[in-house]
Amino acid sequence: MKRFQKITERLIEAIFTVSGALTSIVILLIVVFLFKEGFGLFNSPSIESGYTLCVHANNNVEKLSVNEIKKIFDSEIENWKEVGGSDAMIQTFRFDEIFNLYTDTEFGNDYELLPQKLGEVIKNEPNIIAYLPQKYAPTGMKDVKILSTEKIKVTDFFGGSEWIPTATPAPLLGVLPLVLGTLLVSLFAILFALPLGLGVAIYLSELASERSRKIMKPTIELLAGIPSVVYGFFGLVVLVPLIQKTFHLPVGETALAGSIILAIMALPTIITVAEDAMRNTPSAMREASISLGASQWQTIYKVIIPYAMSGISAAVVLGIGRAVGETMAVLMVTGNAAVMPSSLFESVRTIPATIAAELGEAPAGGTHYQALFLLGCILFFITLLISITAELIAKNNINKGT
Amino acid sequence: MNKRTNQIIAFLFFKMLGFLVVGILIWILAFILYNGISVISWDFLSTAPSEGMTSGGIFPAIVGTLYLVIGSIAFAFPLGVMSAIYSSEYAGKGWIVKFIRIMTNNLASIPSIVFGLFGMALFVNTLEFGDSLIAGSLTLGLLVLPLVIRTTEEALKAIPTSMRTASLALGATKLQTISRIVLPMAFPNILTGLILSIGRVSGETAPILFTVAAYFLPKLPESVFDQVMALPYHLYVVATSGTDIEASRPIAYGTAVVLIAIILVMNILVNILRSYFTKKLKSN
Amino acid sequence: MIETKDINFYYGDFHALKNISMKMEANSVTAFIGPSGCGKSTFLRLFNRMNDLIDNTKMTGTCLIEGKDIYDKSYNINNLRRMVGMVFQKPNPFPKSIFENVAYGLRVNHMGDKKFIAQRVEESLKSAALWDEVKDKLKKSALALSGGQQQRLCIARAIAISPSIIMMDEPASALDPISTSKIEELIHSLKKEYTIGIVTHNMQQAKRLSDKTGFFMMGELVEFSDTKKMFLNPEKIQTQNYITGRFG
Repeated sequence: MKRFQKITERLIEAIFTVSGALTSIVILLIVVFLFKEGFGLFNSPSIESGYTLCVHANNNVEKLSVNEIKKIFDSEIENWKEVGGSDAMIQTFRFDEIFNLYTDTEFGNDYELLPQKLGEVIKNEPNIIAYLPQKYAPTGMKDVKILSTEKIKVTDFFGGSEWIPTATPAPLLGVLPLVLGTLLVSLFAILFALPLGLGVAIYLSELASERSRKIMKPTIELLAGIPSVVYGFFGLVVLVPLIQKTFHLPVGETALAGSIILAIMALPTIITVAEDAMRNTPSAMREASISLGASQWQTIYKVIIPYAMSGISAAVVLGIGRAVGETMAVLMVTGNAAVMPSSLFESVRTIPATIAAELGEAPAGGTHYQALFLLGCILFFITLLISITAELIAKNNINKGT
Repeated sequence: MNKRTNQIIAFLFFKMLGFLVVGILIWILAFILYNGISVISWDFLSTAPSEGMTSGGIFPAIVGTLYLVIGSIAFAFPLGVMSAIYSSEYAGKGWIVKFIRIMTNNLASIPSIVFGLFGMALFVNTLEFGDSLIAGSLTLGLLVLPLVIRTTEEALKAIPTSMRTASLALGATKLQTISRIVLPMAFPNILTGLILSIGRVSGETAPILFTVAAYFLPKLPESVFDQVMALPYHLYVVATSGTDIEASRPIAYGTAVVLIAIILVMNILVNILRSYFTKKLKSN
Repeated sequence: MIETKDINFYYGDFHALKNISMKMEANSVTAFIGPSGCGKSTFLRLFNRMNDLIDNTKMTGTCLIEGKDIYDKSYNINNLRRMVGMVFQKPNPFPKSIFENVAYGLRVNHMGDKKFIAQRVEESLKSAALWDEVKDKLKKSALALSGGQQQRLCIARAIAISPSIIMMDEPASALDPISTSKIEELIHSLKKEYTIGIVTHNMQQAKRLSDKTGFFMMGELVEFSDTKKMFLNPEKIQTQNYITGRFG
């Protein structure tokens, strides 16, 4: 009986040990999946998968950058000489246009003659650039040359200032607008939340009566528990119209709305951590200050706040972390404009909101999909950095001899 | 301006700030409750949506959220408690336990949308569960795992060492000590962690966007591989998309009220638990 | 019965016990006195290997109980702890009923059935001179008892599993004088059945209760002899100084 018990105990303890490794395993898996999918982006062709660009064989242009492709099809670049070719007007051709040139019967029952017809079009127009599905591309025909497409470049991704993932032929995947949007909204959120949160923390820690504390602490806990989507909803029906009216804007969905909502959401984090830090100031320090004639207020800003500074910094850092990672509330109030932000009173898009809004539309495995995963990697990395910073600050706190 | 006036002004200012924050919360709650309470009725809670989400109820979403809560807690709670037991009772003080703690903290700070991405990549795609209850539950379970671990660890830490010492000195094994002494004493606080997790899971949208949530389902889920509707996702779509946003507004308010009610109830339960057990401890 | 040979014990780099060699006879009471922090409690905890729970410690030397080396790898620790009971300085009853506290050791060591356990609980509470005070409220929480009663409960708890040795670490120092004298009476009566080691700061207590006394100072067993001799005619000057209250 004792033997059996011993074996069972050993088994259970082994299960405990494996469970202990669980969080580490999960983080490892997250990193692997995110990064594998995300960095696969730089191995993908820069024009939409399944498509290809064809030019006339005599055209001496060999390849085009993503920007050039976009400008050509947007008619911003109109002459081949601007991209290294001869001096001639570019003739853009999109796949659908073939149906205007020939009748359906000429393509054959199963469209087996389609590539041939496309090839003829290209042959007859030396300045053409045709954006065609790979399935029907006239490969191998004498007068047709397929443009090699570059793989998506790292600099284009991290430094590009346009995010238009559904653009054809080449999706524009520059994350700067999203990064800046995230920074703008989060920065102002902290700007609003920090003084307010610190003030409330001071009030709770030093000034509030026991009765007030009993009311306020559960209130703040409650604030912390309200789901993001409810905040977003409130922002949508109250804040957005309010901002629209007050600032006479065409729409109220702005970075400002996002900042305010995020500030409210980050408040509980900042308040609880900062208040904790201040309460932990040894009473000996407070008493020493008061006995030297300092008023309570002077004690607070001359003694307690400096002492609790690392705890307060940790509070700020954690608040930033909360703000940066928020998805739903921001998605619902900042509008849908993934463009470079120029003011608080315009619509912006943050990184988490982008992922949430676009992942449903992105075909699995495609470049858009991979780009969104890469955005997830960036987000993961940012929050990891924030978490480590908060840990280091906490360690510093302990070393100070608390 | 002398010290005293300075202080009075400063203190008044801080008091105002305190009331401001309380005021904000009350504003939010009051606004939603005021607009949504009239929508709540037994019908609303027990019937399915109809006419393009402009009338009917939210019953499937309630059911879906319930299933997701059960699924995610069933996954995260036992594993989280066991992991916390390992860290607190077995792992000693060396680098292993420090490493685990860092990893748990990191997991806790990962944004919910990243969990959604991961859940989709792993459960929906690689493991081919598809958009399903099991994918959503596992994803939500991972999200809430650090919360369970943290609260359980705190609960275990609060048990005085003298209890463990006394037990071991009587010849009990470590496992017996944990199961007969430590866990029963820590139970109330562990329960708190459970309740907090339920509240968290009920309200999360981002992790379920791409792993389980559906806009409208004609019937209730019948297996773990089915999709479900869920309250937070329902609020999101009804408020921002759909055929007639204005007409669906009441439904949105009603959903928000239900969500807030869940959070309120969980919060109250936690506070009751805490004060009940503090009283019990004090009377001894 | 109990024998130590050249025990050296280290907490990390700190040399807490230095070359301790001594013997304890069966059915005797041995007292350990000395200034605070000189290793008495550490020494006591050697015998039920409670020091094993502390990280970064090292021990050299041998510790024998009934001729067997209790630090040998093959020696079953749980059995050891059943055989060597311990009473701590601060009473630490479990937050369970009085009955369950005393029954705890029996249950975890799978000793006997329901009837046996109930019988042992009564016997132990009687031996601990607590039965009359609690026999009507066995199901009540142990935490509702007074400090002195809680300590006697802890003694009952330790006795219930029929150890042969009981180690007591300043068992009465946290109690009032009346409870203290009750505990001392108890120890006196327990001597008949158990081998007892007791750490105490109270020299009167050592004189009253023990057959032999060991004087610890700075980790060394400065003197170890019959109690009568130690207090009337100590051999070492340090012992003399401590006993007469010159320091400590």
